[in-house]
Parts: sequence; structure tokens; C-alpha cells
Amino acid sequence: MTVSGSGWERAGRVSYLAFCIAVFLFLIAPILVIVPLSFNVEPYFTFTEGMLRLDPEAYSLRWYRTVAEDEEWRRALVNSLIIGIAATALATTLGTLAALGLASPAMPGRPLAMSLLISPMVTPVIISAAGMFFFYSKMGLAQTHLGLILAHAALGTPFVVITVTATLAGFDANLTRAAASLGAGPVRTFARVQLPIIAPGVVSGALFAFATSFDEVVTVLFIGGLDQRTVPRQMWSGIREEISPAILAVATFLIAFALIFMLVVERLRRRASG
Amino acid sequence: MTKYRFKDRITPSAGAVAIFSLAALSWSQNALGAESVTAVSWGGSYARACTKAIHEPFTAETGIEVRMEDYNGGLAQIRAQVETGNVHWDVVDLEMADAVLGCDEGLLEPIDAAHLPPGPDGTPAEEDFFPETLTECGIGVVYYSTIYAYNEEKFSGSKPATIGDFFDLEKFPGRRGMRRTPVVNLEFALMADGVPMKQVYATLDTPEGVDRAFRKLDTIKEQIIWWEAGAQPPQMLADGEVVMSTAYNGRIFNAQILEKQPFVVVWDGQVLDWGQTGIVAGTRNLEAARKFVAFGARTESMAAIGRYISYSPVRRSGTALISTHLETGVDMKPHMPTTPANVARALHSDWEWWSDHSDEMNERFSAWLAR
Amino acid sequence: MAGALRKPQLRAAALVLPLSAFILATFVAPLVTMLTRSVYDPMVADTLPETLALLHDWDGQSTPSEAVFETASREMVRAREDRSLGRVATRVNRVESGLRSVIMKSARRLHRVKEVDSWREAMISIEPEWGEAKTWRAIQRAGERITTRHYLHALDLQRDADGSIVLQPPQRRVYLPLLKRTLAVSLGITVLCLLLGYPLAYLIAHAPPRRANLLLLLVLVPFWTSLLVRTTSWIVLLQTEGVVNDTLVALGLIADENRISMIYNMTGTVVAMTHVLLPFMVLPVYSVMRTIPPLYMSAAASLGASFPQAFRRVYWPQTLPGVGAGSLLVFILSIGYYITPALVGGQSGQLISNMIAYHMQQSLNWGLAAALGSILLGCVVALYLLYDRVVGIDRMRLG
Repeated sequence: MTVSGSGWERAGRVSYLAFCIAVFLFLIAPILVIVPLSFNVEPYFTFTEGMLRLDPEAYSLRWYRTVAEDEEWRRALVNSLIIGIAATALATTLGTLAALGLASPAMPGRPLAMSLLISPMVTPVIISAAGMFFFYSKMGLAQTHLGLILAHAALGTPFVVITVTATLAGFDANLTRAAASLGAGPVRTFARVQLPIIAPGVVSGALFAFATSFDEVVTVLFIGGLDQRTVPRQMWSGIREEISPAILAVATFLIAFALIFMLVVERLRRRASG
Repeated sequence: MTKYRFKDRITPSAGAVAIFSLAALSWSQNALGAESVTAVSWGGSYARACTKAIHEPFTAETGIEVRMEDYNGGLAQIRAQVETGNVHWDVVDLEMADAVLGCDEGLLEPIDAAHLPPGPDGTPAEEDFFPETLTECGIGVVYYSTIYAYNEEKFSGSKPATIGDFFDLEKFPGRRGMRRTPVVNLEFALMADGVPMKQVYATLDTPEGVDRAFRKLDTIKEQIIWWEAGAQPPQMLADGEVVMSTAYNGRIFNAQILEKQPFVVVWDGQVLDWGQTGIVAGTRNLEAARKFVAFGARTESMAAIGRYISYSPVRRSGTALISTHLETGVDMKPHMPTTPANVARALHSDWEWWSDHSDEMNERFSAWLAR
Repeated sequence: MAGALRKPQLRAAALVLPLSAFILATFVAPLVTMLTRSVYDPMVADTLPETLALLHDWDGQSTPSEAVFETASREMVRAREDRSLGRVATRVNRVESGLRSVIMKSARRLHRVKEVDSWREAMISIEPEWGEAKTWRAIQRAGERITTRHYLHALDLQRDADGSIVLQPPQRRVYLPLLKRTLAVSLGITVLCLLLGYPLAYLIAHAPPRRANLLLLLVLVPFWTSLLVRTTSWIVLLQTEGVVNDTLVALGLIADENRISMIYNMTGTVVAMTHVLLPFMVLPVYSVMRTIPPLYMSAAASLGASFPQAFRRVYWPQTLPGVGAGSLLVFILSIGYYITPALVGGQSGQLISNMIAYHMQQSLNWGLAAALGSILLGCVVALYLLYDRVVGIDRMRLG
């Protein structure tokens, strides 16, 4: 916007920019603060004098070692991976199929189906978790890996449905028809024509679903037991009981993980939107 | 044709899922194979004391492995396990009211006191245990008490000495830590308000008495920081988050002795209680659990806990065995809640009153907190 | 023609079917179970069927007949033997505090009684409460198979002696104030997110593409970062011995003993939740702003409108769909928020969802938890329908 440069307007622009920078700081700074503190040699959550002087003595990998050597954290990571990967596989398969159906103009009752499929995402997770506790207990699924896999898959499918539907919105249905007219069966058509086009959406959706499971703690609290403790569950008790700098080391690891996921998804989305 | 590669990548990830699932399966079967008991307790320094005093000797004697888990009390997890038939916990440390409720609701296995080990002099267990410490499903472990402790460095002049001082913001300003529950806090409030110890539960039995307790709590409400896990109060005191806090006496003792923290315990108005241990109904390791409970019910086991943390045996024969702290050689007697000088100022917690009124009081308490 | 139409329809439906079935089984069925739990509780009715049948003809005021006492003691003793009495006592105790030990103690004693002249006298001599009408009314009420008492409880209502529904006395109200607070806090957070997010979205929408992408990534970082990590950050920053207080003390702005409590209270909840939910406001507002041609604003400017005028008359109205979508989304997410208030809310920062968790995990009053959950679910569904009308579910996007 071109603004004629009277003093007031410039002051307005400067304070506007300052405000925006402050909001960006509010968004980012809390996350970044954790990273240096996780290398603190002292068991405190504040910057020691040595850290501020950038004294290498004040930094150490001590908390990372603590976590790496801790059997409980290791088990939590294994659990998170088992549950996350299985839930993602389930959510991605079912979600992609459903998105293909939803994208078809012939789909009957589309708004209703969409509402149903999106509902796990908009329902407050405390309600989902409470309901799952009642129901999964009755089915003998509480305190099992399978129960959590099903729960996390249910929470993750809306992300897959939404991202895949979004990629399909730009998809030319004539391609499918062309493939069919060339004699390709539906499976071949899917593998050769549709899948390459929706692949970015599928991968983004899978990453979303995995991130959802990997960060989910409420259903784990409600339907998980000792053998289903995941990384977020372990962090939860760490934060509630004795918050130790080891938590910060795990947090730093999760931040790195989140950054990688985010960059991949953004990449895929740009590629999909051309 | 880069696009085809995506399809190829699906297969390895599906393979990974299969491998992980197999790993999970074989792993859970391993857990079933070895004979073990899962013992659930209060965590922190108390759990460490139990590990040293009971779990390790028990494993050495029987070869049965002990797995530990922490919790903050309550019956919810036990009920979930029993009702789903998916019992993962075997032996649980419980508060008295929960041990009775859990027994009434069929969540705990009855334990026959006749099978418990006699005292060192041959006295049958039923006579050797202090009254009420043996219930249908629960075996008493140790006496502990909820006291309040303060950080000596925060008070230069006079020091807090009575339960009334905890509520005296003028003489002793600063934040206080209290457990987020009405239990014990209502008793503290009434005692601080001048209700004689013997009248505390009779007073609480009337609506006016409950109002009075809440009014007393009102006077310090703004200054209270609430805690939930037993490990929190020593940490809050050390961090300077609070100047005084209610706490389990053993946790404060450990901070004093092992971490050299300048904490002082005020025994006046301590609320004395004892821990119960129970077996979760439907455990797959019933025999091992019974052996474990019987091992823990030995006088020597109880006395051994008292060499790591200041909790005293619930058996008469155990009193004579109270000795010194194993790591530092500190005499444990002055630190035990049941030492005559300390117990003279103790209120005995009335579990029956609480089993009747905990629902109502908890609700009233949360309404009060939210206001 | 009709057959040709039906085939793609069938195929589309067949593709959607597996996921629909999956969601129904793993997600909708649990919600239905919860709704059922909130109105249905057969425990007492199944354990004391004959007593309740006899009480059906009782006038509700006098001491019940000898037959009631005789049947009740028989059924209580039997229930004690199969260990279901504890659960019955808990439920009756929730209607009238103090009856738990009355029931348990009586059953323990009656167990030993073989022959008596009058069961009525025997029971009253064990616990005088058995002579009072309100004890029996409590058993009757707990014995309702289909019941509204959890909903009454969840709305701070109660039945008085003659059965009419009245509001609880003020010092005993728990849930209505909490519900009001949850709505107020959610509204506050929504407004806060709008105030912080709108200018930010404007900046991104009007930046050159490469910078816009970079700025958008900055908004997305917290969106992707684990919720527990972000909550940990705020604890590290805001606690009494935390980074912010330390800095303020080091700069001499506050004295060491006057450190500010910014966490474990409502401030902590609001700050941390605003941080968590801000991206949900920025993204929809941004995506609407991006579609507004810059032409409009310059046209307004060329017609002599000042920037504030042009903004208010031309720009702001066009962004309203985005503002509506973002605000509803933030509001819906905040009324159901659990983790952040549980970890940084202390006591004054608790919301309705924390009370649901409390009744699920601590008090074990699952009927009440289910009723509270259903009420919250009702609120969310209503808002969601509103969202659908304003924005359209189909247009829900991620990032």
C-alpha cells in the first residue's frame, strides 16, 4: 500500500511493525528459549551467568545423556513409534480411500459424510477420551496397544481426509476416464494416475496423522496403561511431578522433529498447488 | 518418472509396521513369561525406600522380579483395570479410606491375616499389628503423618511452632503449600481455629463446622499454592516458591538429611495416618503378590523402610527396631511421627468419616477453590 | 441411464464406507456410550430390586413398613457377599452424604443376625438413620434406572424434600460458575487472538510472496510444535524462578521477594492458550485477506478516504468471513481445552474439561462426568453447526 509520508502515518506504520514483531516474538521465543536451556550444565531452568557469557563449561549434553540412558524414556519412544506408525498406516489407508470417494461428484450425502468423518477433529479430545474410556473398557481394548492405535487412528483420519480432498480438488477427472478408456482397470488407474497426483496430499495427511498421534496425551491418560506410556505421556508426568531439565532435552528433540515435519509438509503443499 | 517411487516407498514402511507390531507382541509376551509383581506406590523418596528395604531383598529371596509404578492415590486406575479384566497392577499402596472403599467394591483381594508372618518373638500377626491397621483387604505398612514444614532461611526472627502459625499471615508472611484436597486441610483449619483435637471430627460432622473450616482456609487462600504429588512440597520449599508447606514428614526428612535443606518440621497438629497395602482383585500373579505382601508385612521389612525414610512400623514389635538412617547414621527416633513427644500433638485421621464425606467435601472444596 | 448413474455413486459410497464404519465403531460408539452413561445407571436397581419395588407404594414421609426393612436387610446382606454393596453404597452416598457407612456398617452387622422379631427395630438400633424418611428417599432416587440426576447435578440443581427442582445454595454451586468461567475465558482468548492475529495476518497477506512464505512458516512453527513442549516453555518462562522473573529481577525492575506469579493461575492459562490458539486465528484470516484485491483499497484512497476510513468501510467488511471462521474455531477449541489449563492453570485457571477429567479419574463419578461431557459436547455441536453455516465444513483447511 502506498501511503503518503506524513509524520503521523509513519509513526503509525512503525508502531504497527513493532507490534507485529512483538507478536512474532510471542509466537516463537517461548519455543526457542527451551533449546539453549536444555544444554544447561546446572539442573535449573534459568540462564546461568556462565551461559550468558557463552562459557562452554556452562553447557553440556548431560540431560541428553540422562534421557538416552533412561529405560523409561526409551520404552516411551518405542511405544510412541509403534502406536504412531500403526495408527498412521490405518488412518492414511482409510482416509485416502474415503477422500477418493468424497471427491467424486457422484458421492451421495456428501455433507453428512464429511461431518461424520471430520467429527473426531472438532470434538474436544477430553470428551472423545472419556467416551473411549467407557467404550474401550467394555470391549477389552483399554490398556492395550491396539486400543490406542484405534483411538489415534480415529483422531488422525480427518487430517488425511482434508489434505487428500484438497489435492483432489484440482484433479482432472478426465484423466481417470482417459485411463479407463485405454483399458486400465480401476486398481491400475488408481496406482498409475490418481496416486501420483494425490501423493503429496497423502504424505502430508500421513505426517499430520503421525504428528497427531505423536503429540497426543489425553487418550493415553484415559485408556493407556503402564505398558502404553508414550513420549508425551512421559512428559506429562515429568511436568506434573518433578520437572527436570531432561524434559527440556526431550522438548528440544521434539522441536527439531516438528520443524522437519513442517518443512516437508510445506514443500509438498507448494508442489501440489503448483 | 519420479512419481512411481512414492509407491515403492510404501512397502518398506508397511514392513516397518509389521516388524514393530511383532516386536510389540513378543515384548508383551516376555513380560508375561517371567514371574514378577507390579508394585504401585507413591513415588519419589518413599518408593526408593521401599525398593531398598523390601523389593530388592524380596527378589533376592524369592527370585520374583518387582516392577514399580508411581501414582498419586485414588481408586480410578484400579477400578478401570478390574472392570476391564485387564489387571496390570498387582500390589498397591493405598490410603486407608481407599483401602476400605476398594475392598467394599470388590476391587481388592481379601487377605487372610492368619497367613501373615508372626512377630520376631512369635506373637501372631493379628495381635502384633496396631489396632485398625489390619482390614479385610489391607495390610498396614508404616505410620506417616502430614505435618507442615518451613524453610528456616525465610524467617529470621521467631519461627513457626504451632498449627495456628501456619494460618498466621501477619506473624509469618509468605506463600504456603497445601495438598489439593480437603483431606487433612479441613482438620488443620479447625485445629488452627481453636477446636480441640478430640472435637475435630465431631465439629466437621455439622454443616456449621464445615463452614468454619472453610472460613479459616479463606483467611490464607490467596497465599496457598496447591500440590498433588508428595515429591512437590520439598521442591517448592527449596525453590522458594513457598515459605512453608504441608507435606508428608518423610519427604521433608529426606530433604533435610540427604540434600541438607534448611527445613524444619512442625509436629504440632500433625495428622497421623498409616499406609495400607492391598492386592488388586483378579491379578494374574496372585501367588507372587501374596508372597510379596507377606514379605512386606514382616516386622523387619517395616523397620527396614524406617532406615531410609522417617516412617515407623505399624507392628508393636517394630517399635524397638527403629534405629538409625542407613546412609548417614542419623538417629531416626526424633523424626518418627509416632515418637512419644511427636505423637502427643497428633490428630489421628478418621478414615471412616472421610469414606462417608469425601465426595461431598471434594465437591465443596472444588467449588471453594474455583471461587 | 439410471444404472449408469448409480454405478459411480455406488463406487464413491463404497470408498467412503470403510472409514465411515471405522469412525462409527471407534469414535461415535464411544460418544453414544457416554451419552447413555449420563442417563442410565442400573447398579442400584439391579442390586436392590425387591426393596425398590416395595418402596414404590411407600408414601415417602413415614417410616416404611416392616416388609421393606426385612427385604432391604436381606438384599443388602446378599449384595455384601457378592461385593456389589460397596458400589450401591457409593451411589446412595452421592444422593445423601453419610449413608455410605450407614449401609456398609449395617450390612456387616446384619450379616450376623439370623432371627429377629422386628427387622425395623434391628436396623434402627444399628443406625438411627434407617428411621428417617430421607434415607429411604435417597435409596429410591439412587435406584432410578433412567435418571436425570446427573444432569441436575451438572447444572447445580437439586430436588428438595417434596421433589421439585431448585438451584443449589450459592456456596455449593460448582458447575454453573465453572461453565460461565469457561465461556468467559474462551471469549477472552478469542478476542485476544483476534487482536494479535489480525494485524499479523494483514502483514503476511500484504508482504511480497517470498517474505510472506517465511512469515507464514513462523506462524506454523508453534502450530506444529508439540503442545506439551509449548506448555513446558511457558512454565520455564513464567514460573516464579523462571526466565521472565529472573530477567526482571536482574534488571532491577522488581525486588527478588516480589516476583510476579504469572503461572499456575488464570494468567498462565490465558497466556499459554492464546499462544497455542493464535495460529488458528491467523491462518483463516490470512487466507481470506489474500483474496482481497489491493485495488479496492487504492480506489478508496483515490476517492479521498483516509486509511482508517478505507480500512473500516472497505477492507474490514471483506475480511469478516475469515474473522468469523477464525473466531469460531478458536472459541470451539478453547471451550474444550484440557491439557494446558491442567498443567499451567493452577487452581484458578481450571476449566470445565478439567472437572470432567477430575470426575473421570479421581472422584470416579462417571455418570456426572458423562453428563458434563454431554453438555460440553452439546455446546460444541451447536457452535460447529454455526461454523458450518458461516464457513462451510468443506472449506476446512489445514495450515
